[in-house]
Amino acid sequence: MSVNEIAKSIKSIRFGLLSPEEIRKMSVVNIITADTYDEDGVPIDAGLMDRRLGTIEPGQKCQTCGNRVGQCPGHFGHIELARPVVHPGFAKTVYLTLRAICWNCGRILLKKEDYDKYVQLMEKYRRRWPQLRHKLAEKIMRKASKLQECPYCGREQFKIKFEKPTTYYEEHPEGNVKLAPSEIRARLERITDADAALLGLDPQMARPEWMVLTVLPVPPSSVRPSITLESGVRSEDDLTHKLVDIIRINERLKENIDAGAPQLIIEDLWELLQYHVTTYFDNETSGIPPARHRSGRPLRTLAQRLKGKEGRFRSNLSGKRVDFSARTVISPDPLISMNEVGVPIEVAKLLTIPERINKFNIEEMKKLIENGPDNHPGANYIIRPDGRRIDLRFPKDRKTIADSVEIGYIVERHIKDGDVVLFNRQPSLHRMSIMAHRVRVLPYKTFRLNLCVCPPYNADFDGDEMNLHVPQSEEARAEALVLMLVQEQILSPRYGGPIMGAIQDYISGAYMLTKKTTLLNREEASQLLISAGYDGELPPPAIKEPEEMWTGKQLVSLFFPKDFNYTLRANICQKCGQCKKEECPNDAYVVIRNGVLISGVLDKKAIGAGQPESVLHRLVKDYGTDMGRIFIDKAFKLFLSYIDSRGLTIGLDEEELPKEAKEKIRMVVEEAEQKTAKLIEIYNEGLLERLPGRTLEETLETKIMQELEEAREKAGEIASQYLKETNSALLMARTGARGSLMNLAHMVACVGQQSVRGERINRGYQNRTLPHFKPGDLGARAHGFVYSSYKDRLNPIEFFFHAMGGREGLVDTAVRTSQSGYMQRRLINALQDIRVEYDGTVRATDGSIIQFKYGEDGVDPAKSDHGKAVNVDKIIEKVVGAGVI
Amino acid sequence: MVKFDILKHELVPKFTILSKEEVEILRQTYGIRKEHLPWIRKSDPICKVLGAKPGDVLKIERNSEVAGKSIAYRYVVPG
Repeated sequence: MSVNEIAKSIKSIRFGLLSPEEIRKMSVVNIITADTYDEDGVPIDAGLMDRRLGTIEPGQKCQTCGNRVGQCPGHFGHIELARPVVHPGFAKTVYLTLRAICWNCGRILLKKEDYDKYVQLMEKYRRRWPQLRHKLAEKIMRKASKLQECPYCGREQFKIKFEKPTTYYEEHPEGNVKLAPSEIRARLERITDADAALLGLDPQMARPEWMVLTVLPVPPSSVRPSITLESGVRSEDDLTHKLVDIIRINERLKENIDAGAPQLIIEDLWELLQYHVTTYFDNETSGIPPARHRSGRPLRTLAQRLKGKEGRFRSNLSGKRVDFSARTVISPDPLISMNEVGVPIEVAKLLTIPERINKFNIEEMKKLIENGPDNHPGANYIIRPDGRRIDLRFPKDRKTIADSVEIGYIVERHIKDGDVVLFNRQPSLHRMSIMAHRVRVLPYKTFRLNLCVCPPYNADFDGDEMNLHVPQSEEARAEALVLMLVQEQILSPRYGGPIMGAIQDYISGAYMLTKKTTLLNREEASQLLISAGYDGELPPPAIKEPEEMWTGKQLVSLFFPKDFNYTLRANICQKCGQCKKEECPNDAYVVIRNGVLISGVLDKKAIGAGQPESVLHRLVKDYGTDMGRIFIDKAFKLFLSYIDSRGLTIGLDEEELPKEAKEKIRMVVEEAEQKTAKLIEIYNEGLLERLPGRTLEETLETKIMQELEEAREKAGEIASQYLKETNSALLMARTGARGSLMNLAHMVACVGQQSVRGERINRGYQNRTLPHFKPGDLGARAHGFVYSSYKDRLNPIEFFFHAMGGREGLVDTAVRTSQSGYMQRRLINALQDIRVEYDGTVRATDGSIIQFKYGEDGVDPAKSDHGKAVNVDKIIEKVVGAGVI
Repeated sequence: MVKFDILKHELVPKFTILSKEEVEILRQTYGIRKEHLPWIRKSDPICKVLGAKPGDVLKIERNSEVAGKSIAYRYVVPG
C-alpha cells in the first residue's frame, strides 16, 4: 500500500485562517523573481516555476520530495509582501471588526456590564446553541459600533467608512482619513483573544490580524501548469500570470521604500499591489475592473476556478464524465416492448459488460472471444485472473486465445439482447427521466423506444438525443432491474396515477376499434389479434349471419384479466344532465365486467398517459406491473394495427363548412363587432359604468374582450355542429388523441383575439397599432381580433397581429424554462438529503426533525390513489360490481 | 395600536409549553436531543405571549386538511 492509499476516515472538519508563520512554515521557497524560465527553458530559482514547487514534467524528480510526476503532490512557496494588504475575502469582516473595537486600545466598545453579560451569554451559546453563535457575535458587533467613547481608555471613537472592495476611511471632524492596511493590521493585533471570541472568531484558528495579509502563499506549479504549444512556445496559466503581476509590483514597492521614495508614490504602488492581490483571489470583484490577459480576455483566477457551472464543484466534483455510455438520436418503434430500448449494432459493439467465465458459460464465452470486437455478439477484452488485460483488437488468431481461456477469466463482452441498461433524457427532472430498459440490438443508427415511454421522458422525435449507460456490476444490474425498470415506473410517485400510457394514434385507434359500428370479419379479426401477439382462441362471433363478425370490443376484451371490473365516463362524454349510463348515445359510458368490455369506447380517459382512474391505473394497481406492461405491449399493438388498416387522415376539404354555417358564423362575428362598437359609443359618451377596482378604460377593455371571446366561442360551437361526424380532426379532439375543439375552431371558424401580455394588442404607433387605423380607434379589428379562420386565410394585418401573439408565446417558454430550471436546482440542493425514517418522521442527515409525520398523514403518494390513502368508490365497485351485469 | 390576543385568532393553532416530564417523553419517543426539533425564536410573537424561554419546547396542535389533527413541536432558541 502506498502513502496515498492509507485508509482514513474524516471525523470533523475545521476551517480557519492561515497565519503568516504557518504560510512560511509550509513554504519551500521564498519567491522573489517575477520570471519563470530562462532562455534555455530551465526554471529560474526563486522564480514562479522553481523546481522545489513540485514537478510537472514527466521523468523529472521533485526537488523537494524526490517523487515523480504522479506521486509528487506539489509544494507551496510564498511571497513576502513589502506592505500588508487586506484579504479581499474578509474585507467585510475586517470592516465589522474595526467598527466594534477601540482604535487605540483594541478593546470591544462595550460597557463593563454589557461586556460581562455577553461573555456569559457567549459561553452559554457555545454550550447550548453553537449554531447561533455567529448571530450573537453580529449582535455584539452592532451594539459595539454605537459607542462614541472607549470605556477602557476613554478615547473618542470615529465612524469607519467602508468602500468596496478594500478601502476604509475614518470619519474625523476634519475630514475622512484613509486607513492603510498596516494601520488596520495594527489595530486588529491589539484585540485580545477573549475579545476575538466575542466577535465570533476562534483566536486559535483565526486571529483577526490574519485577515490582513503580510505573506502570500504561492500554490504549487501543479496547480497552475504551464503548457508547451506545438511551436515550442510556452504558455503560462492565468494564476501564474497574476502571480507575476503581484511579484513585479511587490518588488517595485520594496525598491521604492528602500530608496526612500515620496509617500505618494509608495501609496500608489501599495494600492496597485492591493488591486493585484484582490483580482488574484477573485477577478469578478464588483467595483474594480477585471484583470485581463494580453488578448483582452479576463483572467480566470482562484474564485473563477471554483465558482459556477464550469467551476470545480459543479463540473468536476458533483459531475463527472463516465465510461460505458452512449448517446444518439432517438426514433420510435411501436413494435418493441415498453421495457426495451433499441440499440444500434455499432453502439452494441462498443459497450461491454464484464462477465466471469464459469463452467456454464465457458462455451458461449469462447464463441464471443472468437467473434472478437468487430462481430456483434463478440468481446473486446479478456481480463486474466492476474489482472492482465488482453486486447482482442490486435491478435490475428483469436481462436487460440479462445481455447486458452479458463474458468475465472473475465470477458468484456458486447451488450446483447436482454441486458439491462439505463436510459436517460435531459433535463432529468424526475426519477422517470432515467429508467432501466432491456437491450434490443437493432440495425441502423438510432436508439429506438416504445412510444408509451415518451411522456415520462418528455421525448419526441424531432431530433431529440438520449443517453444510455451500462451498469457494470451484478448489484447495479439487480438494483436497476428491481427499482428502475420501465414497468415499475408506470405509476408516478407524485400521485400514484399512471404517467405512461397511450398517446395520439393509440387513442384514435382504440376509439375507432371499440366504437359500436366497428365490425370485423374472421380474417380481419385474426389479423389484428396476431399482430397483437394473441395466441388463444377467437371468441364466439357477435354476429353469426350472414357472415361471422366480431366487434372491436370483443377483441380488446381478450386482453383484460378475467375478473376485471371497471366503470368510467370516457373523454367523449358530452356531460349531458341526466346520464343514461349504458344507454349513452355516444357510447361514452365504459363498463367492463368480468374482463369483458360491455359498453363504452376506450379513449384518452381509459388508456391515455397521465390519466388517473384509467383502465391502466386499475390494471397496474390491482394486477401488478407485469400485467400493466403486457396490456400496454399487446393491446396497444391492436389499436395501432387497426388504425394502420383503417387509416386516419385530415385534408383541406374536410375542414370546409357548408354555406349556411359560414353565414351563421359571419352573423355572430358581425354581431360582436356591433356590440363592441356600441360599447365604445357608450364609453365615448361617458355613460360606461366602471367595474369595481378598474378604471374606465380597463372596464371597456374587459368588456370588449369578453364580447369578442364569446363571439369566438359561439363561432366554434357553430362550426363543430356543422362538421361531419366522420371528421378526423373532430374525432381526435373528442377522444383526446390530439388537438382541441378550439384548435378546430381556429381552423374552420375564426381565429379570434390575439393578445400580448394578456391584453388586446395596444402597441405600435402613437394611439394606434398600425398606420392603417385612425388614431384612437378602439374597434376589434384595430386591436388584434382576427375574423378569419386559418382555412379562410388571414389578411396581412391579421397575420401581423397573429405573429405578435405567437412571438410572445415563444419568448415566454424560453424565459420560463431557464427560470424554472434554476428554481428546481435550488429546491433539489435544499432537499436532496432529507428522508423519511422508519418511524415516519422526515429528518435531515443530522437526525433533526423536519416533519413529525410525513405529509402530516404519513401517506406515500406513490402508493396512494391520487393522494388519498384509500379509494372507497373503487373498493365498493370491486366488491359489489362483480356480480352485477 | 389596539393590542389583541393572538391566541384567539382563528389562524393561530393551539400552542402549549411542555413540562419537563413531557419533554423527556418526547425525547425518548423520537430518540433525539431537543436541538433536533424544529426551532422557534424567543422573539416570535407566540413565545412572547406564552412567556416561553430558550430551552422550552412548544407543542402545536393543528387542524390539518389531510390528517384531521396534526401535532408538531418547536424548540425555543434565543434571538
